[in-house]
Amino acid sequence: MFDVLVEMFSYPFLVRAVIVGALVSLCAALLGNSLVLKRYSMIGDGLSHVGFGALAVATAFGWAPLAVSIPLVVLAAFLLLRLSDNSKIKGDAAIAMISTGSLAVGVIVLSLTTGMTTDVCNYLFGSILAMNKTDVYMSMVLSIVVIVIFLLFYHKIFAVTFDETFARATGVKAGGYNMLLAFLTAITIVLGMRMMGAMLISSLIIFPALTAMRLCKTYRSVILCSVVVSLICFFIGVVVSYLYAMPTGASVVMVNILAFGIFAAIAAVKGKVKKPA
Amino acid sequence: MALITCHDTAFGYEGHPVVSHLNFSLNTGDYLCVMGENGAGKSTLIKGILRLIKPMAGTLETGDGLLPSEIGYLPQQTAAQKDFPAGVEEVVYSGFLNRRGLRPFYSRAEKQTAATLMEQLGISHLKKSCYRELSGGQQQRVLLARALCATSKLLLLDEPVSGLDPVATQELYRLIGDINHTTGITIIMVSHDVRSAVEHASHILHLKNAQQFYGTAHDYVATNLGQTFLGGHADV
Repeated sequence: MFDVLVEMFSYPFLVRAVIVGALVSLCAALLGNSLVLKRYSMIGDGLSHVGFGALAVATAFGWAPLAVSIPLVVLAAFLLLRLSDNSKIKGDAAIAMISTGSLAVGVIVLSLTTGMTTDVCNYLFGSILAMNKTDVYMSMVLSIVVIVIFLLFYHKIFAVTFDETFARATGVKAGGYNMLLAFLTAITIVLGMRMMGAMLISSLIIFPALTAMRLCKTYRSVILCSVVVSLICFFIGVVVSYLYAMPTGASVVMVNILAFGIFAAIAAVKGKVKKPA
Repeated sequence: MALITCHDTAFGYEGHPVVSHLNFSLNTGDYLCVMGENGAGKSTLIKGILRLIKPMAGTLETGDGLLPSEIGYLPQQTAAQKDFPAGVEEVVYSGFLNRRGLRPFYSRAEKQTAATLMEQLGISHLKKSCYRELSGGQQQRVLLARALCATSKLLLLDEPVSGLDPVATQELYRLIGDINHTTGITIIMVSHDVRSAVEHASHILHLKNAQQFYGTAHDYVATNLGQTFLGGHADV
């Protein structure tokens, strides 16, 4: 086992991928709790599709992928929140519209320029080779920003998540914190998307939170547990994908599903089965 | 000066008034019960007092130096909270948020205040428990403790006893009455329970999309309206 790890980390691209992946897993787990509890899980999924469209356009024009996709996805996040608040088009329908729309744009742009090559497959399902040095530095800085902001506003995020009406009534700017949450989610999704794949990145946000909620009873313990679960699942996933030459993103998701199953089983054995959130 | 004064005030949504012609003024230390059937505009009035919605007509003035951030609120529970993993302490502490500005953590003094409040409300033995596993009455007491962390002046309660069994209901009325008597906090409560309202409150406001009655609980009993509702025809 140890030999495998040494061998793995002798490849610089794998070291980069593991650093970025671990940071993204951490951010995703932190944010995922609030998103799942606020019934915003689908926003993560919608944003990853917007990210796919943005990546395709950036590649077609030869622009830096992160510099193009981060502002676009942040914009889409704010738009989705607006639509969720506005009752004319319901939140889930709005997300479906925007996500399929950007997927279509992305596919058309790609087929007109580079053609439907393995690149497309990499965008959709992730590639561990996608990270260059600039990406790594940018991911590290942005992940740290996400983590620091989350810690600074931890109590307010809890209050807005638990009871938005009460928070608003006592003068907390709940709308602002929803925006903040959407903003941080957008950044996390773009950072993780190329490794995990546009189709799979939202699982990093949803699974650790749901897994932790099977067993933990306070908000703080759910957050801590989901972070630990997320990191462990990511490492196991990467090692498994290396050993059996499987796609990294999909392996990480599979390990997350297993972890969820184990936690749910333990909860069931304890006789405290809860309705899925 | 009165704590809250309404002059011909109307509240509503998207241009349609739900409740209008409100004329009443409430003094510090009063205990007001807002009565009325479903859809009479009770919750809308509460949202107006909390300044979550603006008056469509008339004015709503606050006196005695009452700031919007000094109102404690006990909302109707939402479905999302039923499966929310939150500890009792975490929920109670969140009442302090409005006073904290950008300070990221709770102070020792705030934790002490919260502990005293939980002791008074008889929930200090539950402080490490999970909120979603408590009984309805216990959950309401946790939310009451949170509301009291947020205010020392005005407490708004939106149907706090709905869904509680008779014992828990009486217990909660007793607690709210005690808070009003001992600390002098002004209370505005929305309720369907006419008998308890008349028994505990000092004033009654009866709504039916407009103000039907405002006065002391004693006077309310004497009116036709009060008699009809107390007679058991309505949802007592």
